Amino acid sequence: MATGAFADRGADLELVGIQKRFPGFTAIEHLDLVIPAGSFFALLGPSGCGKTTTLRLVAGLEDPTDGRILIGGQDVTGQKAYQRPVNTVFQSYALFPHMTVLENVAFGLRRRKITDAEAKAHEALRLVELDHLAARKPVQLSGGQQQRVALARAIVNRPALLLLDEPLGALDLKLRRQMQLELKNIQEEVGLTFLHVTHDQEEAMTMADTIAVMNKGRIEQMGSPELLYELPRTAFVANFLGQSNLFTGPVVGETSTSIAVDVAGRSIVVPKARSHRHGGDVTIGVRPEKLSLHRDLPAPDSASNVLGPGRVTDVSFTGVSTQYLVAVPGLGTLVVFEQNRSAGPIEGEGDEVWVTWNVEHGFGLDDDPAEQADKFVADTTTQSLAAQRRADLLTELEEA
Amino acid sequence: MAFAAFATSAAPPTDAPPRRRSKVALLLLLPGILYLVLFFLAPLVSLVLTSLQAPSEFGDIGQYSYAFRWENYAVVIEQYWPHILRSFGYALTATVLALLFSYPLAYFIGVTARKWPLLQSLMLVLVIAPFFISFLLRTLAWKQILSDESFLVTSLKAVSLLAPDAHLTGTAFSVIFGLTYNFIPFMTLPLYTTLERLDLRYLEAGNDLYASPVQVFRTVTIPLSMPGIVAGTLLTFIPAAGDYINASRDFLGGADTQMIGNVIEANFLVLLNYPAAAALSIILMTVILVIVGVYVKRSGTEELL
Repeated sequence: MATGAFADRGADLELVGIQKRFPGFTAIEHLDLVIPAGSFFALLGPSGCGKTTTLRLVAGLEDPTDGRILIGGQDVTGQKAYQRPVNTVFQSYALFPHMTVLENVAFGLRRRKITDAEAKAHEALRLVELDHLAARKPVQLSGGQQQRVALARAIVNRPALLLLDEPLGALDLKLRRQMQLELKNIQEEVGLTFLHVTHDQEEAMTMADTIAVMNKGRIEQMGSPELLYELPRTAFVANFLGQSNLFTGPVVGETSTSIAVDVAGRSIVVPKARSHRHGGDVTIGVRPEKLSLHRDLPAPDSASNVLGPGRVTDVSFTGVSTQYLVAVPGLGTLVVFEQNRSAGPIEGEGDEVWVTWNVEHGFGLDDDPAEQADKFVADTTTQSLAAQRRADLLTELEEA
Repeated sequence: MAFAAFATSAAPPTDAPPRRRSKVALLLLLPGILYLVLFFLAPLVSLVLTSLQAPSEFGDIGQYSYAFRWENYAVVIEQYWPHILRSFGYALTATVLALLFSYPLAYFIGVTARKWPLLQSLMLVLVIAPFFISFLLRTLAWKQILSDESFLVTSLKAVSLLAPDAHLTGTAFSVIFGLTYNFIPFMTLPLYTTLERLDLRYLEAGNDLYASPVQVFRTVTIPLSMPGIVAGTLLTFIPAAGDYINASRDFLGGADTQMIGNVIEANFLVLLNYPAAAALSIILMTVILVIVGVYVKRSGTEELL
């Protein structure tokens, strides 16, 4: 990287056939990825899926076992971390404890011999609204302030590519939302390319233009947050991004626009445009908030699918919505979110209900159902319930 | 003197003043205060008084009476200033050499060998191993190795790396060598404890912010290991400045390598000039205190501890 000058804009990032093996395990199997200049890209996945390794490879803190990394069309695979036009906001912030906030922010500028380092550092601190603390040491700041300093220390260098390693992980909810907003503003203001690594689907969905869901060293699916949520390609994506009710069955009917799948004796219709597979055994799914509950068997309607009767086994009131678990014989348990339009839960535990949803809301996965052990995957673990709870809290917070 | 200096510097540093002055706190402090009064303050007062004594009017050699002879200080400074300068010169050189040797060693044990805990422990044992033999014996062994008839010296002379009439023992070289050798563990151990805790993520952050490995070492690693550097240099410099074993003629020193410790020893035990010896001790202590005070202040390590 040329010293003494800033990158004038964000750059493309291209990963070609990246593989990374550590002694004893493979972190990344085979990764091809193009992130266009100026985008806000999120790598989303559970811990241990290889997303942080990917980030470290791009930063130059690890060397790939195989493959090439290109930034702005230039091969940087052989370059050391300090030679790459890339800056990282570390999960631990890694602010130098022996320097003041200002010295921390000016560090990169000084190394690149950029003139007026101090003034530019002050400017970056003003951007994160911390200029009044420039003379402090990092230990004298709160977690949120440290994080903003870490951000200022990275963006002050105007890197072609900014890497964020779960930078909001240590913050409380409100600060988190503020920082998410601030990051978006900064991106709009300075036009960098952001690569954001997180295990928090909420964070990825609100911030990124494009999300790649990673699992076991591979990218499962990539696309806009809406696309990933509406049309997940695999059961992993369907359950990692929000919750899904999934059913598997053979295709029993087909029209020019839709397919019908046999699920426990009932024919469930899914539009062809929303299904990745059109024949054989297919796993189809629907999001819990798309379902409605009925006390009586609804009149047959070609526009909606019906399952039931089932029994309500659990009701949890979460404020904005109520979550029901409905046990349907031969299918397992369905998760249903109902908006609390009227006061409180409408169904009680033990009630017999039918579940319906609009045909247009179903989706069909690309997974081979034979590879899936469970016929029906309802995500009712405490973790996912907690996640849902938190998502609701976030919405409330935003409205407040 | 060497051991006295070492003991005081190795004592635990006094902590921040207590928030509440309760009777319990005073009671808990009592043993420490008693210890200091008995074993530090009393000898110090006695030393100061001795340093001001004058020879008894009709007394024998070595008989002195209490007085306030401030000239004692002027006399010893005038007489022994080359020894004082030499002491601090030798101690400084040995400290720098020990630091240059110990830093890479401590870095290897504390950082590079982190992945292999067994190697780490083994190397630490090796650093401490010399302590199992009395340092007098080890220094005597070095005297033999460096003596004129030794294999080392005859070989060096054979390949003309050493002039035929040159010596190794009794030179400034051998004294500084001995000091460096003897104090290396005191330098290595504090350095190791700091480097062992060094968070490598700071180094990665430095790399990420366009600093080359050399720049990262200079701007991040060294400042972060400052507490170890300060502790190690103090543990080396203070006792080395007052050392009288290595520079002694019985060990590695000679007539032109006498350090202040040797002069104090001679005045106390041979010349029986107690006021001169005491005055020299006080001067040595004061100079060390001033040097250490300035050094600790300048290195700015308080916030890192």
